[in-house]
Amino acid sequence: MYYISKYLKISEGKVWLNGQLQFQSTQEDWSEMIKELFKNRSVSYPKFYKMDDLCKLAFVGSEWMLADESDKEIALLFSNSEASLETDLRHQETIQTEENFFPSPAVFVYTLPNITIGEVSIRHQLQTESCFFVSDEFPVETMESYANYLLKTQKANKVFCAWIHKLQNSYEAQFYMVEKEGILEHNSKNITKIVRE
Amino acid sequence: MQKVYVHKSNLITALGFSVEENFSALCDGKSGIRPIPFSKSIGTIYASKIEDQLLEKHFESLNIPKEYTRIEKLMIATLKPLIEKYGIKPNTLLIVSTTKGNIGALEQHHIEAAHLSVSAENVQAYFCFQKTPIIVSNACVSGVMALSVAKRLIQMEQTTDVFVVAVDELTPFVISGFQSFQAMSHEVCQPYDENRKGVNLGEASAAVYVSNQKDEDGIEIIGEANINDANHISGPSRTGEGLYLSIEKALNEAQIAAKEIDFISAHGTATVYNDEMESIAFQRAHLLQVPMNSLKGYFGHTLGASGLLESIITWQCMKKNVYLPSFGFQKLGVSQPINIIQKVTEKPMQIALKTASGFGGSNSAMIFKK
Repeated sequence: MYYISKYLKISEGKVWLNGQLQFQSTQEDWSEMIKELFKNRSVSYPKFYKMDDLCKLAFVGSEWMLADESDKEIALLFSNSEASLETDLRHQETIQTEENFFPSPAVFVYTLPNITIGEVSIRHQLQTESCFFVSDEFPVETMESYANYLLKTQKANKVFCAWIHKLQNSYEAQFYMVEKEGILEHNSKNITKIVRE
Repeated sequence: MQKVYVHKSNLITALGFSVEENFSALCDGKSGIRPIPFSKSIGTIYASKIEDQLLEKHFESLNIPKEYTRIEKLMIATLKPLIEKYGIKPNTLLIVSTTKGNIGALEQHHIEAAHLSVSAENVQAYFCFQKTPIIVSNACVSGVMALSVAKRLIQMEQTTDVFVVAVDELTPFVISGFQSFQAMSHEVCQPYDENRKGVNLGEASAAVYVSNQKDEDGIEIIGEANINDANHISGPSRTGEGLYLSIEKALNEAQIAAKEIDFISAHGTATVYNDEMESIAFQRAHLLQVPMNSLKGYFGHTLGASGLLESIITWQCMKKNVYLPSFGFQKLGVSQPINIIQKVTEKPMQIALKTASGFGGSNSAMIFKK
């Protein structure tokens, strides 16, 4: 049996760790809000400002969840319902008409959902297993089984799971860590509770 | 742990509408890449595109209803013969590998239709899969990673069998993006060659049935790993670290030595940095002597389809003991002396390694045994 050692939620400008409110942003606007959450972590990481919104959300949550981790054998399983659609729309705008055709590599590179995994891996130097799943709802069964596989086969010491949703004016993110010890049993009931509460 | 086997597969590419058609085109040295005029802004590009007239005829011959989108029809047409052969049990899984799915829908501002799950669930409904499809979207390693997910979920007894379908279309969305990166070649691409000038894009649909049962061909997935470089989001690691680690971990799981590998189906996009990175990773993994190829000169880079497409061709090579040349290769243009296959050769092939690398620092390695 494996355990969930901690879990985090970012929603409506608030950050909740293990169900406890940690931080509340004073900003209404998304881009100001995410910047405030980033600054609250007081890390110097200029690359943050180049990221698209989905990566910023994944990055900020990971700062909370991975700050005290010294273990580098942490696998990353990320998921959401819209892949990179928000940045896809930005790239589409740059190619929509012949008169206004100016695709940019700085935008296009973020038209893949697994870039979130790339950004978090680079920041925390995780040369580990990872996978990005796209699903209407959090894929509880797949995530549970896949995380158990990685731990059971010792392909990872810990598995960092995430749901990162950001599309137009709507955003929400949930994160949890699975390992040998923790505060909740790693089962579908507890995962469902964490991601839906 | 439970052993996992790959079974009958199917392909739709510019080179044909079955595995056999594709394989015989490769044996005859044919490439599906040709100049294709797009819009004024994009111009004419070298790419591998499935001819629409032939494709429509193929869809009609399979009685696929017209209301599905092109990408859904591609998935349905590729899966259909396999599902008719093997059937669907209550816990049979459908895994879809794609990087961009129905991204063309954004041209008409159809945001809902561009969701990957919409296409996947339409395919699920067409075949009446009871389980919600699993969608794997991890840039250019998606196809190999989807096979890896299938294997792992079977090993966790989440299911006994999986249909994996891997698909991506040639769209202005993707072409314009690669053009903005200045990563495209203006002629047929030449992986690992000193004159290589970049990628050709392509489109394809590939499907396979994976299960815990051994059949007469008995090709088993004996080891695999997917390790991130943690180095750069759009460029490969200079040391090939993630690919090297993926290969080492796959060999470790397979409990075999590097010298037991008979053949490598590599990624070989024909960009300067990717091909160089691969040569370094293969050198570090003691695989320089192993005959290898890239199939990008035949099919172009078919993104989320490529890993499965190239695995399917590899299984065909294993069954027939045939080594296919790397199309477009003339003179070695990477720092390490990798062993690129230059002509069709018949020789026993027991164990093969498939590798892939992509944006986001992703890498995958998978080992097949006959």
